[in-house]
Amino acid sequence: MMIFATLVERFYAALAAWGIPWIVPTLVVMVIVVSVVLAYISVAAMFMIWWERKISAHIQVRYGPMRVGGWHGWAQSIADGIKLLLKEDLIPTGADKVVFVLAPMVVFGATVAAYVTIPWAPGLIVRDLNIGILYMVSISSLVVVGIIMAGWSSNNKYATLGALRSAAQAVSYEVPLVLSLLGPVMIAGTMSMGKLVEAQSGRWFGVLPGWFVFPQIVAFLTYFTCALAECNRLPFDIPEAESELVAGFHVEYSGMRFAMFFLAEYANMFVVSAIATTLFLGGWHGPWIPLPGLPREVAHGLFGLVWFQVKCYFLIFVMMWLRWTLARLRVDQLMGFAWKVLLPISFANLIVTGLVLILGKHALLYVGGIAILLLVAILLAARPAARTVRVGERT
Amino acid sequence: MAADYAYVGFFLVVGVLFVILNIEILSRIIRPHNPNPQKLTTYECGEEPIGIGWIRFHVRYYLYALVYIVFAVETVFLFPWAIVFRELGLFAFLEMMVFIGILLVGLAYAWKKGALEWA
Repeated sequence: MMIFATLVERFYAALAAWGIPWIVPTLVVMVIVVSVVLAYISVAAMFMIWWERKISAHIQVRYGPMRVGGWHGWAQSIADGIKLLLKEDLIPTGADKVVFVLAPMVVFGATVAAYVTIPWAPGLIVRDLNIGILYMVSISSLVVVGIIMAGWSSNNKYATLGALRSAAQAVSYEVPLVLSLLGPVMIAGTMSMGKLVEAQSGRWFGVLPGWFVFPQIVAFLTYFTCALAECNRLPFDIPEAESELVAGFHVEYSGMRFAMFFLAEYANMFVVSAIATTLFLGGWHGPWIPLPGLPREVAHGLFGLVWFQVKCYFLIFVMMWLRWTLARLRVDQLMGFAWKVLLPISFANLIVTGLVLILGKHALLYVGGIAILLLVAILLAARPAARTVRVGERT
Repeated sequence: MAADYAYVGFFLVVGVLFVILNIEILSRIIRPHNPNPQKLTTYECGEEPIGIGWIRFHVRYYLYALVYIVFAVETVFLFPWAIVFRELGLFAFLEMMVFIGILLVGLAYAWKKGALEWA
C-alpha cells in the first residue's frame, strides 16, 4: 500500500509549496493516523467481546447474546459500552487516589503505543522501527506496571493478591516469550517488523509457504503459551481467577474506568496475535490475484490486509477456544511450567537454531525442531505422576 | 529516525488522552454522582473490611523477581547478537553459548536450591 506513502508525500509537498511550516502537515498526518488506529482498536475490541460471548455460548450449547440490535445480538457490545459510560464512578476512600486514576492510563497508553509497529499490509505500517519486535515486547510489558498500580492502589486484599500474582506470572513468562522470539529474528537477521514479514516470502522445499512457523514450531508453541499468560487468559488467568479473587486487580474499578481495562485487555490480545502472525505465520503473505480495474500494488495490499486480519483473528479464536477447553492451572503448576519446562525448551530451541544457521544447513532446522519436540514429549511422559494429597493427610 | 520515535511518543500521549477524555470528560457529564460511605468502602464480600488491603505478602514473589532480573538483562543482550551472529561466525556463536551456559548454571543452582518451588 505504497499509495498511502505517495499521498502523504503529495500532501507535504502541496503544503510546503504554500509556505506553511513542516510541523503543520506532520501533525495533521499524525492525528489522522492515531485516530484511525484508535477507531480500529475500539471497534475491534467491541467485536472481540461480542465474538467471545458468542463462541463461549456455542461451546456451552447456549445462544449467547441474541436480542440487542436484531441479528444475533450484534449490538450487545455497543449497549454495554453505553451502560458503562452511564455508571457511577467510585473511588474507595481508602485507595491511593492518584495511582488509582493513573493505572488505566498506563495500561491503555502502553497498549495503544504497541500498535505503532504492526505491519498491516505491504507498506502499510505506522512506523517500521528498526528495533520493531524488541519495541513491541518491551512496550506491551509495560501493561503489567499498570496492573500492579491498579491492584496496589485499590487498598483491597483481592486486588493486591491479583496484582502480585499478575506480576509474578508476567515476569516468569516474559523470559521464555522473549527467547522464543529470537528464533525468527536469527533466521531473518532483522528486528524490523516489515522486514521480518518480507523474509518469509519464499518457500520451504518449494512447497510449504516460507513462514517461520515451520522451522520454528517449538518457538511458536512456546510463544503462544507465554502470550496466553501475558494476556492473563485461561488456562493462565490466576490473577483474575473469579472463584477465588472476585475480579483480581480491577475489583474496585467501576464504570468507564473498568471499561478502559477491558478495552485494553482485548486490544492486547490483538497485539500478541499480531506479533505471532508477523513472526511465525507470514504476516500479510498469502495467495492473491490481481483485481480487475485496480493497480497490481493496490490489489496486493488489499489481499495482504485481509490475510493479516484472517490470521490474527484465527489466533484470537484459538485463545477463546482454549478458554473453554482447559481448566485453570494451580499457581505452583503455573510458575513451575514457566521456569522448568518453557525456559529449558526455549533455550534448547535457541541453541539448535543457532547451531544450524552457523552450519548453514537449513533443512536441519526441521530435524532439530522435531528432535526437541520428541525430547520434551518423552520427558513429560516419563515424569512421575503428581502425588495426590488426600483430605486430612499431612504433607 | 527521530520522526519514528515522535510517533511512539505521540501514540503514548494520545492513548492517555483517550482515557482522560472518556473517563474525566465524556462520562463525567452524563454519569450520576451521589456517593455514600457504604458505597465508598473497600469491597470485601459485603463485610466490613478488616484492616487495610496493603497486606504483607510471601517472600517467594521476590525470589521470582530476582531470577527474572538475571534473565531479563540477558535476553536484551541476545537480541543484537541474534541479528549479526551469522556475520561474526562460529566464534561469536561459541562465545554466546558460554554466556548462556553460565546463566544456565545459575538457573540450575536456583532450581536445586528450591527457588523455583512454590512452597
